Amino acid sequence: MMNAPANHSGVSVSVRGLRKSFRGQEVLKGLDFDVQPGEIFVIMGPSGSGKSVLLKHVIGLETPDAGQILINGESIDAPETMDRHRMALVFQSAALLNSLTVGENVGLYLSEHRLKSPEEINRIVLEKMETVGLKGAADKMPSELSGGMKKRAAIARALVIEPQLILYDEPTSELDPLSAVIIGEEILHLQERIGVTSLVVSHDRDLAFGIADRIAVIHEGRILAIGTPAEVRNLSDPVIHAFLHADFKRPNKHSL
Amino acid sequence: MFHNIGEMVTLFWRTLLALPVVWRQRKKVYDQFFEIGNASLLMVCILSFFIGGVLALQTGPFMAEKGLQNYVGGLVGYSLCRELAPVMMAILIAGRIGSAMAAEIGSMRVYQEIDALRTMNINPVHYLVLPRLVSIAIALPLLLIFSILVGWLGGAVVSAGNSRIDVPFQTFFSNLREVVGIKDVANGLFKSFCFALVIGTVSCHQGLGTLGGPRGIGRSVTKAVVNSIVLIVLMDYVLTRIMIK
Repeated sequence: MMNAPANHSGVSVSVRGLRKSFRGQEVLKGLDFDVQPGEIFVIMGPSGSGKSVLLKHVIGLETPDAGQILINGESIDAPETMDRHRMALVFQSAALLNSLTVGENVGLYLSEHRLKSPEEINRIVLEKMETVGLKGAADKMPSELSGGMKKRAAIARALVIEPQLILYDEPTSELDPLSAVIIGEEILHLQERIGVTSLVVSHDRDLAFGIADRIAVIHEGRILAIGTPAEVRNLSDPVIHAFLHADFKRPNKHSL
Repeated sequence: MFHNIGEMVTLFWRTLLALPVVWRQRKKVYDQFFEIGNASLLMVCILSFFIGGVLALQTGPFMAEKGLQNYVGGLVGYSLCRELAPVMMAILIAGRIGSAMAAEIGSMRVYQEIDALRTMNINPVHYLVLPRLVSIAIALPLLLIFSILVGWLGGAVVSAGNSRIDVPFQTFFSNLREVVGIKDVANGLFKSFCFALVIGTVSCHQGLGTLGGPRGIGRSVTKAVVNSIVLIVLMDYVLTRIMIK
C-alpha cells in the first residue's frame, strides 16, 4: 500500500457502483463519483449516512459487496495498485498508538519498514510535527494531547508517508472552532505545497465550504448531489437544503 | 466454536510464518518478556511455595503413618515438575498475562489503532502477535523453573517443620534426587511451552476479534482467560497421555 517511491503528485480516485451491507442493512447503495488529481473533494452528509464506511473502502480496510474503486484507473483489488500508490487515512479518533510517544507514532511507518536511519527518522518526525504546529510535543504520550493536537499528530503521521492521497475522516469533529480552522488550513496548505489529492468526509459545513474544490452530499447511502461549493449551496433539493441550513427554530434568546 | 478454533489455528500458523522477522521485533519481544517476568515472578514464587507446602502437608502425614515419610521428597518433586507446576503456572499466566494481552489488543482494535497499522502497511500479526507469542513461549518455561525450585523448597520446609511428617531437608532432597530425573523436568518444560503457545494464541485471537466498546473488551478478556484454561486442561491430558511412561 505504501511502498511506492516518493511521488508527490496526487492521484485520481474513481468509485463505481459501490455497495456494502452489514448484517442485512445496506449502508452504501451504489455510489459513483470521481475525484481529480490534486483536488480537495469533500463528502458531506449527516451522521450514519455511510461516509466513514466509504473511506474505509477507498483505503482497503473494507471489501465492497459490489462495485469497485479505481486509483489512477487501476482497481484497488489488484495488490500492485496498493503497492504503487501512497495513501494515508487520518482517523476521526486520530487512532494514535497509546503505547508509543507522539514522535514514535509519527515516525512509525518509517521505523517499522526500516526506510531511514534512526537519525533521519528523528529529523523527519520533527520536521513534520513542526509543519502541523506540534513542535516540542514529540516526547509526549498521546493521552497528554488535546483533541486538536491529536488530530494534527495524526496528520503529521500521514505526511511522513508522503502520500498521493490523504483521506480525512471527520477531521474537525470534537474540535473548537479555532482548531477546526487550523486543521482546514493545513489541508489547503498540503494541497498547495505537495499537490496531494484530499478526500474529506465531514458534516462540518464551515469546513466543507471553506476548503472544498467540489462537494458531494451523501444521504442514506446514496449521493444526492456533486458540485462546487457554490453549486451545492444553491441546490433546491429539500434534504440537502435542510442539512445545509439546519438551525434553531426559535429566535436567539439573547438577540437585541 | 469450530470457527473460532479454525481462526486460532490460522493465526498461529501466520505467526509461525512470521518467525523469520522476529529479530526485527526483538525490542518488543524484550519489552513483553520483561512485562511477563516482572508482573509474574513474585506471584509465581508465592504460589509455588504454598503448592509445594500443601502437597507435602496433604501426603506427608499419611505416608508417615505407613512409615514411608522418606519418600515425601520424591512424591512432591515428581508431581510438582511433571504436573502441578506446569498447569498451575499456565493458569496463573493465563489470568495475569493472557488477560492483559487480550485487553491491550482488544482496546487497540476498538479504538482503531489496528486499522491505523493496516493503513501504514504494518502487519498486526508481525507487530502485535509475534512478539507476544515469542516472549510468552520463552518466559513461561523459565518461570516454571523458578516455580519448581520454589515449590520443592516449600515442600521441604513443611516436611521439616511439621511434627507429623518430620523429614529433614537432607532426606527430602536426597529422595527427590533419586526419583526426579532431568527427563521429568524436561517433560514439565515442554508442557509449559505448549501451554504458553495456547495462552498467547487464544489471547491474541480474542483481542483481535474484539467488537464494540469497553463491554466488548471485557468480554474478550473473559473469553481469553476461560478458553485458555479449558484448552490448557484438555491439552494437559493429551500431553500426559502421550508422554507417560
